[in-house]
Amino acid sequence: MSHEHTEANIEHHHPKGHEHAGIGHAVPMWFLAFICAILLILTGITVFSSFVDFNEWHMPEMNLTLALIIATVKACIVCLYFMHLRWDRPFVSFIFITSVILLALFIGFAITDTKEYQPLVDQNDSPLIQDRLTELGLEK
Amino acid sequence: MTTIPVPPSQPVTPELARDNYLTYTRGIWSWLFTLDHKRIGVMYLCGVLSMFFVGGIFALLVRTQLLTPEGAVFNDNANYNRAFTLHGAIMVFLVIIPSVPAALGNFVLPIMLGAKDVAFPRLNLFSFWLWMAGAVFFILVLVNVDGGLDTGWTFYTPYSTTDGMAFGGVLWAVIGVFILGFSSIFTGMNFIVTIHRLRPPGMTWFRMPLFLWALYATALIQVLATPVLGITVALLFMERLFGMGFFNPALGGDPVLYQHFFWFYSHPAVYIMILPAMGIISELISVHSHKHIFGYRFIAFSSIAIAVFGFLVWGHHMFTSGQSQLINVIFSAITFSVSIPSAIKVFNWLATLYRGSISLNTPMLYALGFIVIFAIGGLTGLHLGTLATDIHLHDTYFVVAHFHYVMMGSALIAMIGGMHHWWPKMTGRMYNENWGRFGFALVFIGFNVTFFTQFALGSQGMPRRYATYNGMVLTDLYHLYHVISTIGSYILALGFFVTAGYLLHSIFAGKRAPDNPWGGRSLEWQCTSPPPHDNFKEAPTVGDCYDYSVLEWDESQQGYKWREDIERPGNPHVSGKDGHA
Amino acid sequence: MTQVPMEHDHHEAGLHGHDVHDAHHDHPKELGHHWDNLNQQFEAGKLGMWLFLATEILLFGGLFCGYAIWRGNHPDIFAYGSQFLSVKWGAINTCVLLLSSMTMAMGVTMAQRGNKPGLIICLVLTLLGAFGFLGIKYVEYSHKFHEGLLPGIAFYEKPSDSHIWVEIEEQAGDQQETSIATDVAESKEEAELQMARADLPVMPAAEATTNEPAAIGPSGLNQSRVVQEEETYRVFYKEGRIAAQEDQAAMAEYAEHPEEAMRELEKHPLQDPDRPPNAQKFFTIYFLMTGLHGIHVVVGVIVILWLIYLTFRGRFSPHYYTPVDCGGLYWHVVDLIWIFLFPLFYLI
Ligand code: HEM
Ligand SMILES: [Cu+2]
Repeated sequence: MSHEHTEANIEHHHPKGHEHAGIGHAVPMWFLAFICAILLILTGITVFSSFVDFNEWHMPEMNLTLALIIATVKACIVCLYFMHLRWDRPFVSFIFITSVILLALFIGFAITDTKEYQPLVDQNDSPLIQDRLTELGLEK
Repeated sequence: MTTIPVPPSQPVTPELARDNYLTYTRGIWSWLFTLDHKRIGVMYLCGVLSMFFVGGIFALLVRTQLLTPEGAVFNDNANYNRAFTLHGAIMVFLVIIPSVPAALGNFVLPIMLGAKDVAFPRLNLFSFWLWMAGAVFFILVLVNVDGGLDTGWTFYTPYSTTDGMAFGGVLWAVIGVFILGFSSIFTGMNFIVTIHRLRPPGMTWFRMPLFLWALYATALIQVLATPVLGITVALLFMERLFGMGFFNPALGGDPVLYQHFFWFYSHPAVYIMILPAMGIISELISVHSHKHIFGYRFIAFSSIAIAVFGFLVWGHHMFTSGQSQLINVIFSAITFSVSIPSAIKVFNWLATLYRGSISLNTPMLYALGFIVIFAIGGLTGLHLGTLATDIHLHDTYFVVAHFHYVMMGSALIAMIGGMHHWWPKMTGRMYNENWGRFGFALVFIGFNVTFFTQFALGSQGMPRRYATYNGMVLTDLYHLYHVISTIGSYILALGFFVTAGYLLHSIFAGKRAPDNPWGGRSLEWQCTSPPPHDNFKEAPTVGDCYDYSVLEWDESQQGYKWREDIERPGNPHVSGKDGHA
Repeated sequence: MTQVPMEHDHHEAGLHGHDVHDAHHDHPKELGHHWDNLNQQFEAGKLGMWLFLATEILLFGGLFCGYAIWRGNHPDIFAYGSQFLSVKWGAINTCVLLLSSMTMAMGVTMAQRGNKPGLIICLVLTLLGAFGFLGIKYVEYSHKFHEGLLPGIAFYEKPSDSHIWVEIEEQAGDQQETSIATDVAESKEEAELQMARADLPVMPAAEATTNEPAAIGPSGLNQSRVVQEEETYRVFYKEGRIAAQEDQAAMAEYAEHPEEAMRELEKHPLQDPDRPPNAQKFFTIYFLMTGLHGIHVVVGVIVILWLIYLTFRGRFSPHYYTPVDCGGLYWHVVDLIWIFLFPLFYLI
């Protein structure tokens, strides 16, 4: 994706007064279309990769991992170019990244905890569900 | 928003010599639709104090019930449950969380910063309306809609989400909490943007008064933690109404997960309460001992450090909830680290006091009281953060005493101290200093009698949230402690009534306040008391806000003024002269 | 204290308008009274919006946390549930949102260039994208509602209008019905047993493992060893009987609807013996997350309509377009969240 970076750099060197007289950084239309094309291609790749059976190569969680990696790349592209983060103050990125880090922390601690006590949790349909099924005549 | 009447640019009564924000425009609508941060702050203060009164009534009911082991007030235990729940929920969500940031912060922050207003005045007003809307839901619960609220302020599942267990009022209460959460978020957003974008020239980050650093750190927590509370109560709502089963084990959900959600917000929330309080104390200690604050940067950065650490310790509320041992140990370890930045602050305050010329004004008394009480509250937090002792102390009165020492004794006392400190600025009147000292004595003694006994009570095993305690092995002992505690709470209440009395009196009959009664150096003391509509008639002089050497007492004004032998830098850009430490 | 260099923009900020008289000079009507210049106001508005977006991330974050925990502990439920979502529609919706994100970003560029018709076209295209997304979501949701693929306890109700649900009468003959009667009786007995046990403290046995099938008690925790053994016996007994029933049912069904029986995937989950326990959890989290996202799309529609109105009123110029920029940021976040929701639900 180095191509795109150079483009953006060119943009960055004359952010004001070149394209327009107002405030903020105007991103050219063709560039936005180009970014969107990349995003669509990445979407295609995700869908395609979801049909590949990675179990054959002994990589059971690979589908999800790959999908998430691509999603993260897409999200970064949206943030950087559609949302102008690339040309914005670093503090803005800082706030956004902080929120994501906090989220990761939250999920990390919570999932570690539940994994730990999972053996104590009943994994079957509870009596409540079984009663419902019985009412429907569908006992399993 | 075209319906908002725009305040005319000229004062309504031009003949009025002292044009100030209170007299700028008149009428109830000019207050309810005001975009002026000072008025919004004052309205918040009125709201918060009236809710404090309501919450206080419930507290007295709870304390009176415990006068006898069989319960002296409620014949139905459900009513006792309602009373302590409403007390807790009102005090946390409607009083302490908005008290310092939204009430005092709104008033003081832009003036201290040298700005004309907060960054988004409309959002600020909206946030106040949201607060009122949230309060309406709590009032609904208070009149027992759907049976009222009896879950405790924590709304633990599956109790709160099971029909036939907790009363249906929990649905209304969580709507209120959701709305109040957004009120708090908007205030935080406003403060962050204001501090980033509205600092005038010369007001660098490290020239900001420490109260602003504290409000900044608080605002970060408000913005980054409160949304999780929002989604938590939204899930609780869906769960109870539609049987979603997110936290319901019968539907494959996980009740411990609820506590993770709740405390991920609510532990940082206790720092929303204490951080701005600490900020106030930094101001009070320095101004009233007329001495430059010691360790400015340490205090500033410890605010940020507390905000960061505050996000990493929520699990210490869940040691006995079924949380796994691994996570228990991790959270216990991190909990201890929070005390480091807190202690840094305390030591710096003490060092500031050392060899200062201390005036024992009412605000200063509150500040000194804060240091004592917070030390006890913080240290007992360490007992609770220790795994083994917490197994014994969890859900006893020890926890109750701990969090009252930090929430009521520290956060609220700092807020009352701050209120006294800025009272002359807000109202333009001085209160009676002797009555102030007397009120403080009652509050301080009453508080400690009430809650110190509860440490003893808790360590002897008296559980919290019990309506009666007859027939226990230690009933006689508990009875003694409960009686002492209840008497203390009456003294405390008396102290608050005295305080309310002389403060109200001062509004109508107090002496006119000088612009700078205490000798403060931060910018709010440079504008008139009360401040004009636009805060500053002329550009304030930004300098080192803790350097008092440039001020002197002016007998004619009964206040402080700029020393005559020192040239006052007229241009805010020129700041090199006014001596930095 | 050492003096720290002032922030960049304050150099341009001038006197900060403290002088009341100066402030009214050259003060455009879009500029709030407490700002010095439009750029400062724009930057502040944008910072405020980003802070709000951070809160949005954390608001959704709670649900992402729920997703991570449920999926981390029960991947089987998710693998099973996602079969009922259509990858085709999900992918189309992703593309629709990406395109509308692009037109929104283009709208900002148009606003910056002062191109009013261009801005209106871009906003209208974005709006169309939003409606397209909502339309497809409506089709998907209504399908789930008809099939009874609902969140929480509602999952265990008979679907209102399903074409893969097979009526019990069709499934098997009278024999089936009698055995249902026994089942009902038995489950009543069981329920009473549980009521009696509900008050017992729930203490998991040390040997308790995930694969031991039995469990009761409202807290969802395994009971003591003794109870487990008793349960194990009962469940094995029941399973054997049910397996026999199922064979019969399958044969009967095949006789009547050979084409239905051949399409394995189209079996209604409630009637599917391979349904993992607590299969409803997939739909719970699916509806919660896409529902919250849907609410955000609806809010986005309102925001875009308001922007179109303001544009018609000629409110925006290259010097003042903060609402367009902030509305755009909001819309991109809606897109951003969908970028994650799509693979998490449809592609697993
Ligand atoms: C030095 C810092 C602190 C430490 C180490 C600490 C530690 C703890 C621990 C471990 C608990 C759980 C006790 C239990 O339930 O068994 C607790 C409860 C509590 N703490 Fe603190 N704490 C500290 C400061 C604060 C502050 C500053 C506040 C508020 C302003 C606060 C408010 C609370 C509240 C409200 C509870 C009880 C919540 C409930 O169960 O209803 N704490 N604290
Ligand atoms: Cu805590």
